[in-house]
Amino acid sequence: MSTLEQKVGQIREEAMNALLGADGMDRLNEIRVAYLGKKGTLTAVLKGMKDVTPEERPKVGKWVNDAREQIEGRIEEIRARLEEEKLEARLEAEAIDVTLPARKQKRGHRHPNTIALEEVERIFVGMGYEVVEGPEVEYDEYNFTKLNIPANHPAKDEQDTFYITDEILLRTQTSPVQARIMEQGKLPIRMIAPGRVFRSDEVDATHSPSFHQIEGLVIDRNITFSDLKGTLDLFAKELFGPDTKTKFRPHHFPFTEPSAEVDVSCFKCGGRGCRFCKGSGWIEILGCGMVHPHVLEMCGIDPEEYQGFAFGVGLERIALLKYEIDDMRLLYENDARFLQQF
Amino acid sequence: MNTSLSWIKSYVPDLDVTPQEYCDAMTLSGTKVEGCECLDRDLDKIVVGEVKSCVPHPDSDHLHVCMVDVGSGEPIQIVCGAPNVAAGQKVPVVLDGGRVAGSKDGNAAEGGILIKKGKLRGVESNGMICSIEELGSTRELYPEAPEYGIYVFPEDTPVGADAVELLGLHDAVIEYEITSNRVDCYSAIGIAREAAATFGKEFHKPEPKETGNSEDVNDYISVEVEDPQLCPRFTARVVKNVKLAPSPKWMQRRLASNGIRPINNVVDITNYIMEEYGQPMHSYDYDTIRGHKIVVKCAQDGETFRTLDGQDRKLDQNVLMICDGERYVGIAGIMGGEDSMITDDVKTVLFEAACFDGTNVRLSSKRIGLQTDASQKFDKGLDPNTAREAIDRACELMEEFGAGEVVGGCVDVYPVKREPVEIPFEPEKINRLLGTSFSEEEMIGYFEAADLIYDRERRVVIAPTFRQDLHRMCDLAEEVARFSGYDRIPTTLPAGEATAGGLQFAMQLQGIARDTAESCGFSQGYCYSFESPKVFDRLLFPEDAPERKTIEIRNPLGPDFSIMRTTSLNGMLVSLATNYNRRNKSVRLYELGNVYIPKSLPVTELPDERMKFTLGMYGEGDFFDLKGVVELFFDKLGLKEKAEYRTDEKLPYFHPGRQAKIWYQGVPVGEIGEIHPKAAANYSIKERVYAAVLDMKNLEAFATFDRKYAGIARFPAVTRDISMIVPKAVTAAEIEKVIAQRGGKLLEHYELFDLYEGAPILPGFKSMAYSLTFRHKEKTLEEAEVASAMKKILNGLENMQIELRK
Repeated sequence: MSTLEQKVGQIREEAMNALLGADGMDRLNEIRVAYLGKKGTLTAVLKGMKDVTPEERPKVGKWVNDAREQIEGRIEEIRARLEEEKLEARLEAEAIDVTLPARKQKRGHRHPNTIALEEVERIFVGMGYEVVEGPEVEYDEYNFTKLNIPANHPAKDEQDTFYITDEILLRTQTSPVQARIMEQGKLPIRMIAPGRVFRSDEVDATHSPSFHQIEGLVIDRNITFSDLKGTLDLFAKELFGPDTKTKFRPHHFPFTEPSAEVDVSCFKCGGRGCRFCKGSGWIEILGCGMVHPHVLEMCGIDPEEYQGFAFGVGLERIALLKYEIDDMRLLYENDARFLQQF
Repeated sequence: MNTSLSWIKSYVPDLDVTPQEYCDAMTLSGTKVEGCECLDRDLDKIVVGEVKSCVPHPDSDHLHVCMVDVGSGEPIQIVCGAPNVAAGQKVPVVLDGGRVAGSKDGNAAEGGILIKKGKLRGVESNGMICSIEELGSTRELYPEAPEYGIYVFPEDTPVGADAVELLGLHDAVIEYEITSNRVDCYSAIGIAREAAATFGKEFHKPEPKETGNSEDVNDYISVEVEDPQLCPRFTARVVKNVKLAPSPKWMQRRLASNGIRPINNVVDITNYIMEEYGQPMHSYDYDTIRGHKIVVKCAQDGETFRTLDGQDRKLDQNVLMICDGERYVGIAGIMGGEDSMITDDVKTVLFEAACFDGTNVRLSSKRIGLQTDASQKFDKGLDPNTAREAIDRACELMEEFGAGEVVGGCVDVYPVKREPVEIPFEPEKINRLLGTSFSEEEMIGYFEAADLIYDRERRVVIAPTFRQDLHRMCDLAEEVARFSGYDRIPTTLPAGEATAGGLQFAMQLQGIARDTAESCGFSQGYCYSFESPKVFDRLLFPEDAPERKTIEIRNPLGPDFSIMRTTSLNGMLVSLATNYNRRNKSVRLYELGNVYIPKSLPVTELPDERMKFTLGMYGEGDFFDLKGVVELFFDKLGLKEKAEYRTDEKLPYFHPGRQAKIWYQGVPVGEIGEIHPKAAANYSIKERVYAAVLDMKNLEAFATFDRKYAGIARFPAVTRDISMIVPKAVTAAEIEKVIAQRGGKLLEHYELFDLYEGAPILPGFKSMAYSLTFRHKEKTLEEAEVASAMKKILNGLENMQIELRK
């Protein structure tokens, strides 16, 4: 073995021994420079090539390169280990108390009325209903006459209706939108019309002079009362849960015949009877019926060819029920402590 | 409307149902039961006992020790505190382990009171002798009961019998909600008819038998109706030799259970007929009727009339009056007169059962301010065909009760007889409407059960005149549906052409408004549409402000709710003030609601309803935070241009130096500002309040959901900063206008990054610094290009007396 070969081997051993004690990146770099740097001991061997015979030179090159590779390999190994240790130490140091309080993100809150409305809209839009609007200040003709409530009908009494003039009033229901849509003559119709309505009721826990309804109307050639039942049953299940049952009771509305009021099984007690449903197991939620043929006629639709159903839901009623709000006045006070619960 | 269940059973004798079954079934067939009170709910083990002996309690000055035979062997000992207890009485006795409904002072106890044997002041007592109050009832219903003390049965009452039964308390009082189309159901007979049809039982309607002596009523009274439109029918009968007395107990109880106080046989009979037939009646003292003549005609404007309650009533030409030969004796359908009413001295009674126009009665009763049981029946529009039956029934009862001698015949002014309505029977159409497949026979069965007549020959259904709600096919469909049961109709979903549902564009924009506001910490409020005219003063509007031109509600709840709002700010400030007053810190609210701008005053057409998106806040944040919300909203609406903010003198509710009207492409789209401290003080808010009001209608024209990808810049940008001393009056908008115009196509972006006033800057000046970003879309910018653009900008700025800081 040539002395040069021995020397390279010696340098490699030295380097390897030095690396055994390398306990940080700085020390590692020092070692790298000391052996592999431009002025390093291994590099010096190559610089001494001029003293080597030409036939020996490739051999010497190979010894040096092998040694360099081995040293570099070890350095890389140690570097990776040190980095890993460093990261671990950092992660350990950075541990936080995850039970400390969260930093509040300041997002606003939607009004429970709107949440309920969007829920209802989602259900009916999914069934192909268009959502439409009508004026809040309305003609008596649309609010009453065209809905089969002729002049001098008790429902027109001023005790219920806010009047602006003899002909203009604040709509008492969203039903006038029915007449407005039917008059446009585009059939078939599948629509809901949410909106604000007005009745001259004093403000208390269950009354407000201004509240919201959602009107529904479907007109087509073969719409039946059984379709009305099926639609509202589906609606109730979507809104209050799949186990919800519906009960249709005969009622009277001037603009529908036959008419019904709809109760849903109490979602609080499942129908067994509780304080919420006043022990009956049922909660009244809406009124509905088959559109009265005279209403169709007044809107230019032939009742012999077309028939349909209509329904009206009180939005506040749904919001109060769903969110268990016990006083309607809360809906119009806009107290932040109320709103932020939704 | 109330009836007792036993009253209904008296017309439907086969009706064998519990009160609960009755209520459920009636509700499902359309006669909605609102309430049901079972009178025997808390009564248990109560029998008739005979007081065999009664001696004073050895240890008490008011108790008695009684031996009572209750029909079960040996008499039992009961200690009784009632002052009226005496040997020989037949009394209701609750036995050991039984229950009574309440205490002797009439206070009902939930679930009743359990009676157990025990000792009273050392003497054994094995039950209790009851007062009517302890039995859960009142002297109103049992006027024979003593005011204070135990109830005493007649002497011939069998010992040991069910006392509750004897008192008629195994019964329920049912309260119904009658819909306005079913006038016939405002009567016990009408409800009984529904009950018979609901349960498929025989209906036994009272058939008044003929009454009257050989005299002719026409010799007593004549009737003339001037306006048959307002009085389609008027019937009158006379009863002489009247003997006033209490009416029988069964009648008193039925009246009392309907909230009518029993008075005497004559008055009770007229009231009873009103409840039984739904036909109000009136009884006059015949001897006060001058000229033996009744005339039905309208009053004159300005007249007055004293009704039997002693009040003077103002009349007008639309009030229909009942007159005798000389004067008014009653307001038709509403109330009789004071000086023709029945008194204790009455000898001869004139009965009236008439039909008056419902609308006229309703409007008159409202104008006069007098609503009575009678007017409330009439104003629904009665069937004139009921009047005769009702008056005959009244006379039958008079005779039956021995209350007087009925004069033969009836005066009946009924010029135009109301005929029943005939409706073609179209079973296939009924099934098509309901989505059912009922057989013809089943349908006919329901009609006949409800007393409708089916003419098989002509295939028509004949609706009797009391059924004023039946006119056409759909009405018959409802009869079929409700008597078969709504629950028997299948549930299906509409078939046919599919429709694309969805929200209108304006509603989608409202959704964006909600999302934007909420993402910036604003919560949604709802405000009233009407408010007080005083809000304009609170908001510092000048006297001639157009906002003061409002739509007024003719019949508001009060002056505070009398006008339709023309500004949304009051609602917002009231809501913020509520929060401020309740010490809620840092509140941000938004509202989406209409204002109502009249198109003409006085109002002749519908107003312009403009949806306003209103934002309001106090606490954290300032004008520029709010402006940021507005700009975020504009960005979400797809508005690409820059909105302009211009101070506007017509925004009196804002701080004059901190407000702007917002313009987009020359169209006003909103306003923003700090609320004027005076206005804020008017709402008692002692902090800075900021508000913005955006007009959704005007914004809608510019909004779009179209988005186009413009690529991501591939070449590097060059940034340059400009720092300058600017006269205070020069606005950022003016500076930015110069930067934007002169920066040309290469200027990608600019941004204010520093603003400073105060030393060392001279008063009247401010220091501003902008950062400008230049970029070419297709290549790397050359220094010369940036320098040239910068030069143009700097030149422009220098022309505005702006000093550039190098």
